Amino acid sequence: MYQYDHYDQTLVNQRAQQFRDQTRRFLEGELTEDQYRPLRLMNGLYIQRHAPMLRVAIPYGLLSSIQMRTLAHIARTYDQGYGHFTTRQNIQYNWPKLEEVPDILDDLAKVQMHAIQTSGNCIRNTTSDHLAGVAADELEDPRPYCEIIRQWSTLHPEFAFLPRKFKIAVSGAQRDRAATQVHDIGLQLIKNARGEVGFEVLVGGGLGRTPIIGVVIRDFLPKEDLLSYLEAILRVYNQWGRRDNKYKARIKILVKETGIASFAQWVEKEWATIRDGMRLDQAEIDRVSAFFKTRQYLSLPEVDPALEEQIARNQAFAAWVRRNTVTHKMKGYRAVFLSLKPHGQPPGDMTDTQMNAVADLMDRFSFGEIRVTHTQNLVMADVEQQHLLDLWQALDHLGLATPNVGTATDMITCPGLDFCSLANAASISIATGIQSLFDDLDYLYDLGDIRINISGCMNGCGHHTVGHIGILGVDKKGEEWYQITLGGSSSNDASLGERLGPSVAKIEVTQTIEHILLTYRDLREGEETFLDTVRRIGMEPFQERVYGHH
Amino acid sequence: MDIIKDGRIQADTLTHLDQDAALPKGAFSVSLTRWQSEKSALLATGQPLAVRLLPAEIVDDLGEDLPLLSMVVLEMNPFTDGRSFTQIRSLRERLGFRGEIRVLGDFIRDQMFFLHRLGANAFEFAPGTDLKDRLKAFEEFTVTYQAASDQPQPLFRRRAHP
Ligand code: HEM
Ligand code: SF4
Repeated sequence: MYQYDHYDQTLVNQRAQQFRDQTRRFLEGELTEDQYRPLRLMNGLYIQRHAPMLRVAIPYGLLSSIQMRTLAHIARTYDQGYGHFTTRQNIQYNWPKLEEVPDILDDLAKVQMHAIQTSGNCIRNTTSDHLAGVAADELEDPRPYCEIIRQWSTLHPEFAFLPRKFKIAVSGAQRDRAATQVHDIGLQLIKNARGEVGFEVLVGGGLGRTPIIGVVIRDFLPKEDLLSYLEAILRVYNQWGRRDNKYKARIKILVKETGIASFAQWVEKEWATIRDGMRLDQAEIDRVSAFFKTRQYLSLPEVDPALEEQIARNQAFAAWVRRNTVTHKMKGYRAVFLSLKPHGQPPGDMTDTQMNAVADLMDRFSFGEIRVTHTQNLVMADVEQQHLLDLWQALDHLGLATPNVGTATDMITCPGLDFCSLANAASISIATGIQSLFDDLDYLYDLGDIRINISGCMNGCGHHTVGHIGILGVDKKGEEWYQITLGGSSSNDASLGERLGPSVAKIEVTQTIEHILLTYRDLREGEETFLDTVRRIGMEPFQERVYGHH
Repeated sequence: MDIIKDGRIQADTLTHLDQDAALPKGAFSVSLTRWQSEKSALLATGQPLAVRLLPAEIVDDLGEDLPLLSMVVLEMNPFTDGRSFTQIRSLRERLGFRGEIRVLGDFIRDQMFFLHRLGANAFEFAPGTDLKDRLKAFEEFTVTYQAASDQPQPLFRRRAHP
């Protein structure tokens, strides 16, 4: 993975020092609450229901074992012994003390980490495919470009006070695992007719209150123009994005109100003035890329007879291999998912003990690295097949081997009423309620790949609008109710879910979801997935089943 | 009153004129609208001329007049309105303005490094501000990834490639 040189390190050290000073000035009354707010947000510090929340950046979701141990240390020393992995591949701590945040940043800086631009109206952590570099369907590893974007966007002098937050995602594979279509800018590596690799650029996607799918602004952007083109889009947005209404301030609204054709013209005009001066050197692309090509893979046989035998003998192991591991571009390796969705636990949470133990497993089995997925799980991307059984046993012992990745109990869930001051309703207890439907794992597996996403309010941190089943907490006269949507997706076939009907009371959510799943089971054809079934049969059969009962 | 200019604390006598305040003897600044409506009278004063821009105003509206101006003043209110940053950059890099670019308003110390990077070279504060403290803004970072007015090359061109 990318390693800091003295420039990167100096900047992160100085940033930690700057934040220490800002916090001191705030605590001593030199900075007002209003002045300190954007400064703390630009360092990932929210004030929420019980305590500040600190969001630490995990650039494109990639972590080393050393970094994982530091995350454990922070959870243990400054928090209540756990951290929460987020949908943007970062980690959040729910209980740090404001006075101690500067110390946390110092600890992070020692392992090449920071909280720079993890919230606030600025360019956020660039996210990517959690299978980057190991996926068989990949054209090129997107992470070098994410790192190049990270550096360009870090303390960018012009774009620290944008109208609203700005999120970029990069994917290099055929299958979009980075939700590029629901980002402010989505970059997809593609090959043009001349055989050159560059980017298809999407703009104006986003979730939140007004979810919108991004549109193509450029079919093909040469790599060397990556930064100048991003800069042109950001400049147009900074100048023209709405600042009169924070609910209309995202770039998606600007693109929509302007129309993509005019918006693209503005960008092209700005781009023409900066393009030549901002060309990315091939030497820099090569320098950064080299960090991601350091793997010494063994040449292994495709099939490992010992593994086949273990699978045949041990049903639980077999289920885990099937559900929680995927193929790797190299023969004899698999990518292994660690499920952070054990039934009955808040999705995405991990204790310091688990983090430390996982760091050891990363060293033993996966070149000392791990990735965070945007569905709030982890992936050890480079595991030799012959180690799967050992790894499974270790993970099972840690409670990280629930064989449910990609299934109905692998939900994305925002913190909701338990932590978030903006929430209308609980999210976590809704998730655990749904998980309680699945004591019988065969029932879960029979339903196949299903994405259920839950948000506690329309800000949509839980991506409910792009869930195959979306659950949104709404407030009805002070009571928690839930709006259900069906048919959303954030993958290649991105779409926004459609409303099922009137919202349902909290105690009815679990049963409603069960009715929806049973409707699918009854009406699917052959191997048809949930999403395909919804798209084929429409809402009506689901509505009949859910509302017909009342 | 003292201001920070070119990295130093200096005395300054510029008066910011309202829409219909009488023209003073010394240096002054006017709003964009006053500039547009009274251009020839203002030029006739023979004084160095400064025009103030609000965040919502477009630098290109000054375009052809820029050579007539010795200074552009950006009123950064509220301080979170980031359009000022793009205004400064456009003035320096796209429109090639070489005169003084001064920031005025509610901006905070923690923004000065960025403003300076983009090409602002003067900072005017509310009376009573501790200017020595504000000078620290320029020393917080020694590393920058991006090219800007203070640094012609991005870091990737300055890094020694192996
Ligand atoms: C408890 C503290 C949190 C607060 C106060 C909060 C607040 C918000 C708000 C106000 C928005 C809407 C922004 C907009 O529409 O422009 C938002 C969006 C979002 N948040 Fe959170 N959030 C919190 C926690 C989280 C967590 C834990 C995650 C990840 C699991 C998360 C991920 C997101 C995402 C992905 C979006 C939507 C991004 C988009 O619009 O494209 N948030 N959040
Ligand atoms: S979706 Fe709403 S309730 Fe959930 S974390 Fe975001 S702001 Fe809070």
